[in-house]
Amino acid sequence: MGTITKVSRREFMKATGAAGTGLVLAFYLPLGSAESAEPFTPNAWIRIDPNGTVHLWVHRPDMGQGARTALPMILAEELDVEWPQFERVMLGAADANVYGSQLTGGSTSIRTSWERLRQAGAAARHMLIAAAAAEWEVDPSTCHASKSTVVHEPSGRSLGYGELAERAATMPVPEDPPLKDPEDFQIVGQPMPRLDHPARVGGTLTFGMDVKVPDMLYACVARCPVFGGTVAGYDEAAARAVEGVRDVVEVETGVAVVAESTWAAMKGRDALNCQFDLGEAADLNSAGIAELFERRGADEGHTTRDDGDANAALSTASRVLNATFEVPFLAHATFEPMNCTAVADEERCEIWVPTQAPGLQHQGVTQHFGYAPENVTLHVAYSGGGFGRRILPGYVVEAVSVARAARVPVKVVWTREDDMHHDQYRPASRHILSAGLDRSGNLVAWKHRVVAPSITGTHFGGDLQAAAGEATDGAANLPYAVPNCHVDYCRADTAVPPGWWRSVFNTQNAFANECFIDELATAAGKDPVAFRLAMLGDAPRHRGVLELAAERAGWGEPLPAGRYRGVALHYSFQSWAAQAAEVSVEDGQIRVHRVVCAVDCGIVVNPDDSAAQVEGAIVLGLTAALKGEITVEGGRVVQGNFHDYPLLLMREMPEVETYFVENTIDPTGIGEPPVPPIAPAVANAAFAATGVRVRRLPIRPQDLRRA
Amino acid sequence: MARITLNVNGASHTVDVPEDTPLLWVLRDTLGLTGTKYGCGIGLCRACAVHLDGEPVAACSIRASAVGEREVTTIEGLPADLSHPVQRAWITEQVPQCGYCQPGQIMGAVALLARNPQPSDADIDEAMSPYLCRCGTYQRVRRAIHRAAEEV
Repeated sequence: MGTITKVSRREFMKATGAAGTGLVLAFYLPLGSAESAEPFTPNAWIRIDPNGTVHLWVHRPDMGQGARTALPMILAEELDVEWPQFERVMLGAADANVYGSQLTGGSTSIRTSWERLRQAGAAARHMLIAAAAAEWEVDPSTCHASKSTVVHEPSGRSLGYGELAERAATMPVPEDPPLKDPEDFQIVGQPMPRLDHPARVGGTLTFGMDVKVPDMLYACVARCPVFGGTVAGYDEAAARAVEGVRDVVEVETGVAVVAESTWAAMKGRDALNCQFDLGEAADLNSAGIAELFERRGADEGHTTRDDGDANAALSTASRVLNATFEVPFLAHATFEPMNCTAVADEERCEIWVPTQAPGLQHQGVTQHFGYAPENVTLHVAYSGGGFGRRILPGYVVEAVSVARAARVPVKVVWTREDDMHHDQYRPASRHILSAGLDRSGNLVAWKHRVVAPSITGTHFGGDLQAAAGEATDGAANLPYAVPNCHVDYCRADTAVPPGWWRSVFNTQNAFANECFIDELATAAGKDPVAFRLAMLGDAPRHRGVLELAAERAGWGEPLPAGRYRGVALHYSFQSWAAQAAEVSVEDGQIRVHRVVCAVDCGIVVNPDDSAAQVEGAIVLGLTAALKGEITVEGGRVVQGNFHDYPLLLMREMPEVETYFVENTIDPTGIGEPPVPPIAPAVANAAFAATGVRVRRLPIRPQDLRRA
Repeated sequence: MARITLNVNGASHTVDVPEDTPLLWVLRDTLGLTGTKYGCGIGLCRACAVHLDGEPVAACSIRASAVGEREVTTIEGLPADLSHPVQRAWITEQVPQCGYCQPGQIMGAVALLARNPQPSDADIDEAMSPYLCRCGTYQRVRRAIHRAAEEV
């Protein structure tokens, strides 16, 4: 999601300070898209108070991934501030032109902030040292900083950062402050406890669902369960007769019942007994979607990779394999369902929302209602999970609509069923693959056609090339050396709204790629790890994680009776991940006992939290591999709650071991890259156990009983 | 409306709410004890787990009017200084990710250890499998329960 644009220090960092305020260093963190450095518009600040407290304002929401600890760690490292003497302030969204989407997504928080945060920390340290040297009238080179203090070694004098802050603000901002050698890092690379975990453990952290503003009422919205349908009629009197109901208002998305409690709002909403105009999607079902995908897959595709001549190579290959893979729609099922609190009139509004893209949502509200941007204040609440669900502004716009119509502060609460019925779903997809082996079992041809709806195309428009790039991410960049390779995309939109789901199209593409590669290894009579490694000569970081995972998993060593291994490798969001899964299968029931994951994401800023991200990614991916499936009947989602959209349980949790490749390369993402490999690793282990190739997800017992 | 008196975390509260209101919404909306979370509303996820006389229950699935004299303990009823062995173990093992399910997980773990001070992995599987976590913290929940058991 974007690249870091290089701009000189002069364009992104400025110091300010006034009597009594200490040092304020304003700087600019890349937004990932259009960069604007002139005029100087900072979006991140460091402040050092006269009492020594260091504040860092950052623009990235934290939905559980720990960016609000890891980003300050990077700054603290270069600033030489004593950890964790740090106050972090979460920015709300202001003008999206300044702050961008503030998106937490694409595993970008660390990757795009790393260089600038280091430079800002180093600049502030340099200025504090300069201030101390001026105070003592000594050469700055005879001073050094350590743990929030500047020390003059020859005389043994020292001053704290707080004492120096005001004077430091008058010092010039250095051009290119030297950065530390990663070998000297004291904070980055240490397993630091998450700064906000005490509040999570104490139950005092304020999630969006916990926001309470003065005179606030609660609302639930009745929406047509069929995609694209509308509410045609409802029993307002019945809703108003429910104890605690205060108002019934119409909004674009349906009918809102406003009440004194969430419970009264839920009951009032049920009492509406809505009639619906079902619209054009009323006959849509999963079987029809599968037929559409099959039909579209027979059309011409939009090519995103074309090396050599795959068709010619297939026609001359000594052995050709064909396979079609299918995966279903998935719901995000964030543990905190959607909600949003709003106070609004025609002129202005104030919003409290759990979000992963506050800037985008601020813009969405501003544009939808025609507010002046400065009249929309958006407060970022903590999110109970995100996974890509809290990006689009729909649930925020809806809450503002309810608040405007009801003329009261209101929190719109989605029930679990509301959330599951009105998600933007991980796209279902169909993958048509062909590959050719030569006489020696070498891969000589590869074709992969992705048939799926377009996420960005649906929500933002754009051309087929952009849609194809998104949908073949993880397919077009197949890492294995193959001289003839063709990858293309057939767009197949349905009425089911698609969305970004942790690692986006990489889950689908990794499943197809890595299952098929395994099948080719078997056809070539080669070990799955050795087969892959032989084709990764020019891909050292792919090879590195695969070798590390294989070694730690004891690949090739005997397993206890009834246990089988499978492996998978995938690169996404600029990080590499390989996983080896150990499973057993009894009467088609698969049990995953152990998963060994190796990751190369460069320097690991907070290793324990990064390991937690890997564990979580594996649970999310394993849930999808073994259980997750959203189906559609009559234009509506069938599943509604955890009985028919089950999650992985404690007793199903495998032992997860995480290993990081050690290097000093700038850090990349960790939130998404460990998700894609788990489904194919488990599917390949299931093949080792049963001799049955998994061609669809989730893996069903009846599929594995075929043998 | 029904007038209901509840004993919550050692204090008595009298509230006027519709008679069928689940305990969850009285705790959250009426008493402002928002540490207890809404996750599914039908007793499937245990984000809303609280104790009634020490027994864990899903607060979304019991009416406040049915609680009677029983003592309700919520996450806020554990020590505010996080000194309970389960809370300490949760910090040491860095269990939470988003944290939304964790009040329920913690109440479940406290109840398990009160009943079974040295739970085996199988005991943990049985007691904690009703407690869902979307972020996937199960491995750390297990480790934290074992750690707390060592301290108790």
